Amino acid sequence: MRRRAILGYGAAGVGAVALMLFVGWWQVDGPGGPEPVGQRPVALTEMDFRLTDHEGNAVGPETLIGRPTMAFFGFTYCPDVCPTTLSDISGWLDDLGDEAHEMNVAFITVDPERDTVETMAEYVGYFHPAIRGWTGPEEQIARVADGFRATYERVPTESGDYTMNHTASVFLFAASGRFVTMIDYHEPREFAVPKIRRALEEETEGAT
Amino acid sequence: MKKYILTSTLAALLTLGGLSVPALAGPEDVVVENAWSRASIGMNRPGAAYMKIRNTGDEPVTLIGLTTPLAMMPEIHETKTNAEGVSSMSPAGEIAIAPGESVALEPGGLHAMLMRLQEPMTEGDTFPLTLLFDDGGEMTVEVPILGIAARGPED
Repeated sequence: MRRRAILGYGAAGVGAVALMLFVGWWQVDGPGGPEPVGQRPVALTEMDFRLTDHEGNAVGPETLIGRPTMAFFGFTYCPDVCPTTLSDISGWLDDLGDEAHEMNVAFITVDPERDTVETMAEYVGYFHPAIRGWTGPEEQIARVADGFRATYERVPTESGDYTMNHTASVFLFAASGRFVTMIDYHEPREFAVPKIRRALEEETEGAT
Repeated sequence: MKKYILTSTLAALLTLGGLSVPALAGPEDVVVENAWSRASIGMNRPGAAYMKIRNTGDEPVTLIGLTTPLAMMPEIHETKTNAEGVSSMSPAGEIAIAPGESVALEPGGLHAMLMRLQEPMTEGDTFPLTLLFDDGGEMTVEVPILGIAARGPED
């Protein structure tokens, strides 16, 4: 009986969280929105990290300021989620056409041990050319994730290797560095592309 | 006599029984559609294959495992994404398919995880993947290997 009651509260809790997330998505720019402020990424201007892109260039949050940014986490040894996300993003960028080249697209690894600069270069080469692969020392990756309020965790597999659990959402920032919104994993293209356009439009507004 | 029907886009291969399975008995017809996988970079990374498995018979069928010469540890895995947007992956165990129902192995959900590849997965090739059922029945699907950036069986 007690267990059933607890399960009931749990189900109600899950429902409440789902509702909150939906409302948060719906009015993500609304003042005092229901999404806890602490769970949203800080502005890129408030982040501090040093990484290397897949061409060996030193990069950091300042690299992303001045153009709208789409950023997401993953790792190249990921068989399912990451190639799917990269394929989805490649599709969105194809839909955006020339506009895709007006934005930064950063794929940030959560597995720097295996994802070297060379590995990232080979991997991103299979996807849309706008996608940049970023890697760096573990403690710098941790700082990025902290700024994005993203999480990742190394999990051993039965095959003796390891896999990574990680935040699979795609983050959108305005050219100013301000966080705009995020695209959840597997969100349909008809929702994703307008969100990206919104981040692109903020750039125009900021410029005028 | 048990009959498994396979309709794959590129190839169809019917396997009845194995060395230790002289006769098949148990669930009804199983149909596999739209099998596909992505090319791999080398052999160090696990691969993934996707398909739709339909039970067209009158009895439940249970998928209990996979074998393939391509990978030493093929296994059905499931990706889950929680309310915080964090994705994780774990073995899915046995997959029961009720009569008239189907199970979709698709990106972001269930997938055939191909661990310990024995050779690289090359775009344009195919590989045989054998589905093992709890009644001792098995069925081999020829899975096309698409590009690394493929999004679905039609890519």
